Amino acid sequence: MILSQFIFVPLLAAFLIVLFARKKENVAAIIALAACAWILIVAVIGFLKLPAHGGLILENTSGWKIPYTIALVLDNLSSFMLIVVSLIGFLSAFYSVQYLNHFNGKWNFFALFMLMMTGMNGVILTGDFFNLFVFMEISLYSAYALVAFGTESEELEAAFKYALMGAITSTMILFGIGILYSYTSTLTMADVGLQLSHSGTPKLLFLVYGLFIAGFGLKTALVPFHAWLPDAHPSAPAPISAMLSGVLIKTLGVYAIVRIFFNVFGAPTVVLQILMLLAILSIVIGGFLSIVQWDFKRLLGFSSISQIGYVVLGFALGTPLGILGGILHLFYHAIFKSLLFMDSGAVEYATDTRDLRQLGGLSKEMKVTSSTTMVGTLSIAGIPPFNGFFSKLIIIIACIQAGRVVLGIIAALVSIVTLAYFLKVQKHAFYGKKGSAKVLEKVPLAMKAVMIVLAALCLLSSLIMIPPIREKYISPIVDTVRGKTSYIQNIEPYFDTGSIK
Amino acid sequence: MILYIMCFFLFLVGIYGAITKRDLIKIILAIGIMGYSVNLFLVLLAYRSGALIPILVEGLNIPPNMMVDPIPQALVLTSIVIELGITALMAALAIRIYQKYDTFDITKIRRLQG
Repeated sequence: MILSQFIFVPLLAAFLIVLFARKKENVAAIIALAACAWILIVAVIGFLKLPAHGGLILENTSGWKIPYTIALVLDNLSSFMLIVVSLIGFLSAFYSVQYLNHFNGKWNFFALFMLMMTGMNGVILTGDFFNLFVFMEISLYSAYALVAFGTESEELEAAFKYALMGAITSTMILFGIGILYSYTSTLTMADVGLQLSHSGTPKLLFLVYGLFIAGFGLKTALVPFHAWLPDAHPSAPAPISAMLSGVLIKTLGVYAIVRIFFNVFGAPTVVLQILMLLAILSIVIGGFLSIVQWDFKRLLGFSSISQIGYVVLGFALGTPLGILGGILHLFYHAIFKSLLFMDSGAVEYATDTRDLRQLGGLSKEMKVTSSTTMVGTLSIAGIPPFNGFFSKLIIIIACIQAGRVVLGIIAALVSIVTLAYFLKVQKHAFYGKKGSAKVLEKVPLAMKAVMIVLAALCLLSSLIMIPPIREKYISPIVDTVRGKTSYIQNIEPYFDTGSIK
Repeated sequence: MILYIMCFFLFLVGIYGAITKRDLIKIILAIGIMGYSVNLFLVLLAYRSGALIPILVEGLNIPPNMMVDPIPQALVLTSIVIELGITALMAALAIRIYQKYDTFDITKIRRLQG
């Protein structure tokens, strides 16, 4: 299995689109869809083949061995993340084909889209700190450009805000990597972890923790660092909002935090406590700010802050049950939040507005959109048997089991708040009395199809909760996150033991 | 040591500029200053007084402990390129914002409300 194809296939697709598909927009879409489908298939194959390889596939990117080269590492967690990214990526690309009828420069969009996929796959696969930084920047640049894709005043403003905050925190991350390098003389993640486990915790490491929490916390949009998200996510075209909220904040944020703090630094208690605090702040503040929003997509943006808080809370508890909840909520949130953003995109496509005060009574004219939004609402609010119920329940039980009863109660209460603001969407957009906005255009078939698939996934993905499936596929991921040294131990046999040192 | 402190000071100057300045162009420059300070930090890590080039050549026989560390230099090159990208992107955004709003003053560019 060639791991670098996850990076070079989308990268190649991006270049091919720019080179050959400038005039033929359908060709651009076909290239992008083919690349996304390829990655999705390979990601699923990789996930299924992984147990046969002992749970780890490592590929050196040059003739040297680590720690003298950059390695790509596919373990349980990264292969799971690859599936999430490529699934949502494929569906978003499919949705974009017809959604972009209202925009110019489709080829431009798809080229940036594929670059974003390249960056995310790179972040997931890499086993090297500086390489992580580089791929993070690749996907962030494409995200900045895609947020500004409509080139209206609000979109440019949001993109500048995002780019500004992203640039500051990326510099902080690079600074942290520099400090780590000065202490350990290596950039390979496993080697850094190995060196630190021998030397204990130097005081310098706390500066690195702080820089990384600020850096990756901003990419995750945890609360003190969330200001960009409610502007940037709604301003982007709907499939990009789905990508940003569905997978980008999880890959660059949650995945990077989990990989670095759990696998490399061995889950230090002080970091877990800080993350827990930030997570609960995000849950509460994101939830309550959502209620007062009148812009459909802005409401979803604030809701993303709240939901990402649940994911981080699950991981920060550090118990097996909490991590299980975090992983499941990460996957489920990717599905239902993409679905809801695509629904908002369909509403905007049809009525040319997303202001809830102008909408109303759309359920009769937009049957598919209104019923899939209902599925999304029930999932995100945690109504059984939709998927959101199980992950939230697990996180709340894990809070109580870990002795954090107050956090569990807050998480349960905000879940009701979630239901409240989504009922507001239902009442003002789809039911209730008719608003001033009229349905100008029909929602195209491809967009409807993607929404139906995602709505079906909202129900089907609950099947993961059946114990045999969970034991077989999800438990190894939990072990990967939880095992404080297992990541390092698994990679250690691949180290160069030659005479170069 | 004094060099590292100066370098960190430069980093703080960059953050200060990015937070307090109102002009889009000055903000972009402040981001640039932050980037330079980190690049400088990386180069400082690699520096060894009196050390030579990190190349193994016959007849030159430089012992490894008398070579400068080559990795941070490679990192700095990459990070300079990345910074070029962000500066270009932000400048392009600033130009488009100027076309829409007729100003570089961020206190007047406020159509998005929290």
